[in-house]
Amino acid sequence: MFNGLTLGALLVLVAMGLTIIFGTLGVVNFAHGALYAVGAYAGFVTYEYTGSFVAAMAAGAIFLLVVGVVIERGLIRLYYQRPPEDQILVTFGITIVLVEAIRAVFGGLARNIPAPSWAAGIVNLRVTLYPTYRIDVLAIVGVSLVLLYLVLYRTRLGLIVRAGIEDQLMVNILGINVTRTFLTVFGLGAMAAGFAGVINAPIVTVTPDMGADILVQSFVVVVIGGVGSFWGAVVGGLIAGEILSLTAMIQPAYSQVMLFAVMALVLILRPQGLFGVEGRQ
Amino acid sequence: MTALAARPAALARRFAPEIALIGVLAVLPAILPHIGGTYDIANRILDWGLFGLGFDLLFGFTGLLSFGQAAFYGAGGFVAAYVLIAPFTNNAVVALIAGTIAAAIFGVVIGYLSLRRTGIYFAMLTLAFGEMFFFLDISPLAQWTGGENGVAGVPEPHLGFGIFSIDINDPSGLYWLLVVIFVVGFWFARRIVASPFGAVLRAIRENGARVAAVGHDVPKYKLTVFVIAAAYAGLAGGLLGLLQGYMPPDAFYLDTSGQLVVQTIIGGAGTLIGPLVGAAVWLYLYTLLQNIAGIGALWKMILGIIFVLLVTIFRRGLCGGAVVLWRRLFARPAPVSASVAASVEPTRAAPEPRRSAQRPPPTGPVVLATRNLTKRYGGLTAVDDVSFELREGEIRAVIGPNGAGKSTFFNMLANVIPPTSGTIEFKGDNITGLGATLVCQRGISKSFQINQIFPSLTVRDNLRIAVLARAYGKFRPAMLRAVDRDGTINAGIEAAAASVQLAERLDTPAAELAYGEKRRLEIGLALATRPQILLLDEPTAGMSPAERVDTVRLLRRIASGVTIVIVEHDMDVVFGLADRITVLFNGHKIAEDTPDAIQANPDVRAAYLGSQAAHEPA
Repeated sequence: MFNGLTLGALLVLVAMGLTIIFGTLGVVNFAHGALYAVGAYAGFVTYEYTGSFVAAMAAGAIFLLVVGVVIERGLIRLYYQRPPEDQILVTFGITIVLVEAIRAVFGGLARNIPAPSWAAGIVNLRVTLYPTYRIDVLAIVGVSLVLLYLVLYRTRLGLIVRAGIEDQLMVNILGINVTRTFLTVFGLGAMAAGFAGVINAPIVTVTPDMGADILVQSFVVVVIGGVGSFWGAVVGGLIAGEILSLTAMIQPAYSQVMLFAVMALVLILRPQGLFGVEGRQ
Repeated sequence: MTALAARPAALARRFAPEIALIGVLAVLPAILPHIGGTYDIANRILDWGLFGLGFDLLFGFTGLLSFGQAAFYGAGGFVAAYVLIAPFTNNAVVALIAGTIAAAIFGVVIGYLSLRRTGIYFAMLTLAFGEMFFFLDISPLAQWTGGENGVAGVPEPHLGFGIFSIDINDPSGLYWLLVVIFVVGFWFARRIVASPFGAVLRAIRENGARVAAVGHDVPKYKLTVFVIAAAYAGLAGGLLGLLQGYMPPDAFYLDTSGQLVVQTIIGGAGTLIGPLVGAAVWLYLYTLLQNIAGIGALWKMILGIIFVLLVTIFRRGLCGGAVVLWRRLFARPAPVSASVAASVEPTRAAPEPRRSAQRPPPTGPVVLATRNLTKRYGGLTAVDDVSFELREGEIRAVIGPNGAGKSTFFNMLANVIPPTSGTIEFKGDNITGLGATLVCQRGISKSFQINQIFPSLTVRDNLRIAVLARAYGKFRPAMLRAVDRDGTINAGIEAAAASVQLAERLDTPAAELAYGEKRRLEIGLALATRPQILLLDEPTAGMSPAERVDTVRLLRRIASGVTIVIVEHDMDVVFGLADRITVLFNGHKIAEDTPDAIQANPDVRAAYLGSQAAHEPA
């Protein structure tokens, strides 16, 4: 149950980046998993030098903001007018380059960031014993989601982003500087992925390919929840996390398969996703 | 066929790509040692090329970008491997067929689910289902698939055909086996591309909604090509096991699907041979760069950078680029058509004489009727309780000020949107909720207010899609017939082109037409399905006054034999064409009569003049 919550929370964070980028820019970012991996490595390097987990989290987020900005300016912006297939192809290409760059610098061996000292140990939750760090992850993700929610629903930027999700063309017509908004949103999305990479690092091992699984799972989250929906990503992420961990308790072999089975079921019963709006492609 | 056999030159031209391919593949073994290649590498390239043939049909021709092809590659491979190591048979042909069929069956299931969504969703879903197969393979099915170890001990291919049986036990033997299979696979894929089925696929890539609107069952076409791609993948997967003597689980990896996509783009999507060339580039770079100290580990990153650059600035890939170069060097310049000049020649915008003055209102049987048709959007009632009857041979205009509900009403007639309540009857049959495709098959066709043509296809190929829908019905997988050899279809295309005055523009890509011509092509697409009722949504929208006059003349000529409903803002067009006029206002039908009576009707005047102008701007 709690494992599911932790995993689910992380998926929410990653899927949120994916969904706001798609909702605003209309680009499905296949490089999202790779950004997550780059974040984990940025955290790993920072931790090696400073020994501080907080610094690692900050570095992961900030470095990925920079990486996101560079990628958006350098490549993604050339693709806004091109067909979605091209956008998928270029972000997929970025994935290859990023993952292979990591492999070239750090090698293929698994690395690890230990859980921070303030979160070491185990908490007695009456019903079960549970690593403190995982509970802290829940809190950290919760706080970041609240921040993200505030940005999306209480600021001018958020208004533009949400309007863009509804009708991108209209936002352009209204003369809002979409260029800067797009840049910010892509940077924010990349930042969320990188941040998730760092905070998940103590739970999983850090490898160049760590992004692939999380990318696929966050696609499932987005399909279940519906693209472009804040609450869709939250609910979809939590459902996915629970499916993965509950099935793993009963029948580990089927945990991943179960996730896709649920996705197929959602597709049959409600193709636009639980919180999706009919008619958006 | 006898005529062809009598002319070897024609036969050679027809099979030129196959002959060239066989030639290259036949001399390749002699060159291989000199270019650092081995049979093993050549075999892998051919296997990837075969895998890519199916993917190219799916992505290059139909525009469906799948990231889950590994599922079928792996499924075909494991089924074939399992058949061979199990004590049923040692015949490689049987095993390969089993693998191909298994992959095709999985293709039906995954295709059915993934094709429920389009575009980016489709890519995401295929990727997710591909991963599902990987996880199925490594854990729940591990007792059959060997989990992460794969299936070892796949025997060397034994091909049994009754008394003729061949055992292949060296890489060169495998090479020739692969050459034969690849050439046959290539021939089949090329036939598909040149068939009516292939023509529909290409149109789906351009504008799937319009293909459905002219009466093709688009989901079924997509599913069929998806299954074909899965079958190719399954066959290639089965061969992979034979090549290696072992079936590895990495056939199921996400990387396998990704590698296929990258190879296809590098080689050139939409060329069929592109994936093979891409595979050669990939495997060669891999082999060459591996041996160079310092950058050996970077080979995949270098490929990744090349891939990003290709996608960004050279989307056609190597083969696509070669084709363009070839055409530029050797193609004869296309004759400049005189009709461009002719079509823009100014015609005097004189008001047309009224049609109603020329002939009495039609009294034929009712062909199309609506009963209490209503459409509500939340609290807004766009169309309120409209009943209407259309007689055979009639030209009916539907007019009304902006927001009157004309478009909504019209889209309900064409079954593009479902009504909230009420029914639509065509010749006494209730057609409510059938959907645009089936309605078009019954004989009601719609031309759109905003052009919905296939921009990169020629006028001929545009019209072909509509003519095929009439001739072949909503779905007919005619894959082995050459699309341009069907005389009835060709005649249909030419007739349709003539009726919208595009006969001289047949070989021009639709994107290069002038606006007025595109507009006529739009009408031509609806007309080429040979409808009994033609629904025209603002046919003269955006036209110059001269073009409008031409179009009215054209529509009047078409109207002999077709019943027409027209929504139009231009009153000269409406009063010049219509036998009867239906006036909508605020979702209600406020009048229905002959043009003269409508002009004198005080309610209609109030509706229009109340909104300050007699002629609403379009």
